[in-house]
Order: sequence, then C-alpha cells, then structure tokens
Amino acid sequence: MNASPHPTDDGDTAAKNHFVLKRRAHNLMIFELHNPSIVQLALRLKDHMAQAPNLFKNTPTVLDLAPLEDGFKVIDFPALVSLLDNHGLTIVGISGGSEAQRNAAARARLALFPAANQAPGAEPQLAPTQDAAPAKPAETTPSEAPSEVQADCASNMVMRQTVRAGQQLYARGGDLIIEASVNEGSEVIADGDIHIYGTLRGRALAGARGRKDARIWCQNLDAELVSINGIYRTRDSIEPDLIGKAAVIEIQQDKLIIRAFGFV
Amino acid sequence: MSKILVITSGKGGVGKTTTSASIATGLAQRGHKVAVIDFDVGLRNLDLIMGVERRVVYDFVNVVQGEANLTQALIKDKRIGNLYVLAASQTKDKDALTEEGVKKVLDGLKDDGFDFIVCDSPAGIEKGAQLAMYFADEAIVVSNPEVSSVRDADRMLGLLASKSYRAVNNMPSIKQHLLVTRYAPARAEAGEMMSIEDMMEILAVPLLGVIPESPAVLNASNSGQPVILDQESDAGQAYADAIARLLGEERPLRFLTVEKKGFFSRLFGN
Repeated sequence: MNASPHPTDDGDTAAKNHFVLKRRAHNLMIFELHNPSIVQLALRLKDHMAQAPNLFKNTPTVLDLAPLEDGFKVIDFPALVSLLDNHGLTIVGISGGSEAQRNAAARARLALFPAANQAPGAEPQLAPTQDAAPAKPAETTPSEAPSEVQADCASNMVMRQTVRAGQQLYARGGDLIIEASVNEGSEVIADGDIHIYGTLRGRALAGARGRKDARIWCQNLDAELVSINGIYRTRDSIEPDLIGKAAVIEIQQDKLIIRAFGFV
Repeated sequence: MSKILVITSGKGGVGKTTTSASIATGLAQRGHKVAVIDFDVGLRNLDLIMGVERRVVYDFVNVVQGEANLTQALIKDKRIGNLYVLAASQTKDKDALTEEGVKKVLDGLKDDGFDFIVCDSPAGIEKGAQLAMYFADEAIVVSNPEVSSVRDADRMLGLLASKSYRAVNNMPSIKQHLLVTRYAPARAEAGEMMSIEDMMEILAVPLLGVIPESPAVLNASNSGQPVILDQESDAGQAYADAIARLLGEERPLRFLTVEKKGFFSRLFGN
C-alpha cells in the first residue's frame, strides 16, 4: 500500500517517522560540590586537573549539591557550568540541594535528578554490574580511583594496582593496560584494546565505542563477562578448558572467539 | 605520634568487633596507650565484648555533639591501665556522626597522647563505615575464608585506596593488612572453604594473621573478655601473633593445619 499519512492517522505512527522516545540508563560522572565559591573552585580545579589534563572531555556530569548541607548558599549555576565545561565536564543536571537551589538550577536549564539519598562523602555511584546490556557503556570514566590512574600517552591508560570490586575504569579513546588483576565485581572498559597482566575475574569490555578489531589479552582468564564491540559472552558460555589459561578474546567473522595463547 | 587504625570488612558478622577488642587490648598489653572507638552508632556492641557495658555514661556521639568531653566519655579498662573504650550511642542513629565531629574526637585523643586509636567500623559501606576509615593511617581488613566476605573485603580495599582522607589529599596511602578470621583448617583441607593462598591472591595485601575458628571466641564474648586475654586458646595466641606482626616483629603462621590427634587423646577423647 502506498498510503500517505492521513490527518486522522494514529499520532504515534506519525511521530515515529520523526523521532522515538526511549529510556536508557547512562553512567554519569558525579561532581560533588563541597564549596560553592567559584574563585576557590577555579583555583583548586586548575591544580587538580593539571595532573591529568586530558582525563575529561565532554564528559556528562551531574552536579551533586548534597555535600553542601547548607541550602541557603546561593550558587551561580551559569558560572559554575562554564567553569566545569572548561575542564571537560559537561554539566547535564544537578542532584540534591535545597528547593531554592533546585529552582535556580532549573532556571539555568539544568535537569533535576533526584537526590542520591546518600551521606556526604558517600560514593556517588557504583559500577553498573547489574547492567542488563553491556553493549555500549556510553559515557563512563574511572569512577572510583582516578588518582591511581596515570595516562601514559594521550589516550592510553595504565593501572598499576588491582582493580577491586565496585571499581570501574574506562580508557576513553585508547587502550587500557592493567599490571595487576581485575577482581570479581569490577569492570574495565576501553575504546581500544585491553591488556591484563594478572587474572581477569571481573568484566572486560574492549572496543566499547565500536571497533571490531579490538582485543582483550589476559594472563589468566576467569572472567564474569568479556565483550568486544558489543558482542559478549558471560562466564557460563566460556569454554571451561580455557579458564585459568592465558587467553586472547577477539572477533572473527562476527563471532566472539576466545583462544589460549603462549605455551599451551 | 598517634596512629589511627581502622578495623573494617564491608560484610557484617565476620569478626570486626572481636578483632577490635583483641587488637586494642593486645597493643595496650604491649605498653601502648590505646583508645578503641565503637563507630557502630545505634548497634553498640564493643562495650559488651570489652566487658564495660555497665559503666557507659557518656558515649562517642555525646562527645561529637559537645555534650560531654573526652575525659568523661572514655572508659578506663580495669584489667589493663592504659586501655580506654569509647562506646557508641545506642539511641542515636548514624547520622549523628559528622566528619568534623569525628575529626574533633580523634584530634582530642591525639592531644591526650594516645599511641593507637582503634576504630571499630560498622558493617556496610555507608556513612558510618566511611567515617570509621576516613582518617585512618592503617587498616586491618577482616575477612572470613568465604567468597562473599572476600568480595566485600575487596570492595573495602578499593574504598580505602580512593575515599580516605589520605587518598583525597594525595598523601601516602593507608597501610593495609588482611586478617582472616574463623578459619577452620579441617574444612579448608576438605575444600569447603577458601584457602589462605586464594584469598591473598585475590586481595593482594599482606597477611597480618589467621585466627582459627574457636569456641574460645564465643566464650570470651559472653564473658566480656577480649579473647586475646585467653592465652590458653588458639584464637588468643593467634591474635597475639597478629599484634607482634603489627608492631613489625616476625612470627610464623600457626593453626593453619589440622592438628593430628595423638595416641592418648584418641584413646581418651579430648
């Protein structure tokens, strides 16, 4: 049939030609605000970010006002947003704060997220280990131990210590090299390859933003999940005889292949 | 120089309070001036294990909120002179603790010349646990030889490395120790429990000690005597070894293998 949209057509069908509304969970950076003074913040940020200048770029971030505890403090949202933007943090909304602060944020066209309902100093987020779709970790950044991470060249990331349960690392735009083990309950992600010189017990996702030729190497395979370019295998579907071996995970003819390497 | 030591685990019921009581008592036995603080506000237990539950007048929260001073709230141990207990509040909830309040108490103890301040952390990774470890110089992470306990300990080690005062201020990191409790050699040998080697391989921190599963621990708790005071018991001796290692002495690990019953004990029972 070649029917053109009739004015009495169902609204949904008509809209679908132009847009689709969906829900999707994204992993967001949290910026906990402990002191709203722009001048102080500018100084501290400059010092802090100088240690790793390329760590953030257009990173979607939620401004958490809960640590302020003082709902009367006036926050200059437009100034704050542009300051943080200069450091690569794109503020998409706020959480916590008093009603006055939330109203001011809304006037600055920031989205209002529900308060995290956590104490100041509490962790803003956990690694999304229950995430149903490990396909694309849209925008993630090292959520817990950024200080341990040293960027060796522009985009590669080297982690020297054990990646522990609840921690998440993301090598944006590059490879992720881990000199220690990746423990159960943690997640390591790279846009490029992942090298793990210890045991991989957690989740490893390479080629996260679409690279079929990305690979994961590990000295000892004991993973919860491995994924390349969105194709994944959970522990149950990894060949038992490969567990405990040095292994490489790669895509061959659109299939995720795991093979042992070295002296096997 | 005062040293702040946190006893933590993530998981509940693994033996944090038992360990806090014995570590604090053991350090005091060695001549150090020690304070042990119960951070488990609302679920106070340390006073029972230390046997001071009938002498609590003021508690940690009273001091944090300025309703009492440290001298009023510190309970002096009757067995060892240089050991003091700061009990948790039973009535307040954990929001009664603040970072500034905790810092004030710890600074006060430092000024009073305490050598060691032992912080008994509540279970979980919420505010109480975070405050207990926040100012620590050293941490003893307690874990049972069992997977969920090890995973929680791993989580806690990650937090110690990223969410403590030392981590936030780019200072030298907290010195971490692993203490395995409730270790049953027979069950480990039968493969029903994780081995010490597997635990160390996953957690990758130095081992401070292995405390065997022992009826002496429950007896000690019931009678309000830290188990380290029971030097006849295996658990008491294992804690004494851990204290020695904590103070930099070398001690071989004990109680890791199943004790072979001798001819007479087999004959007459035990």
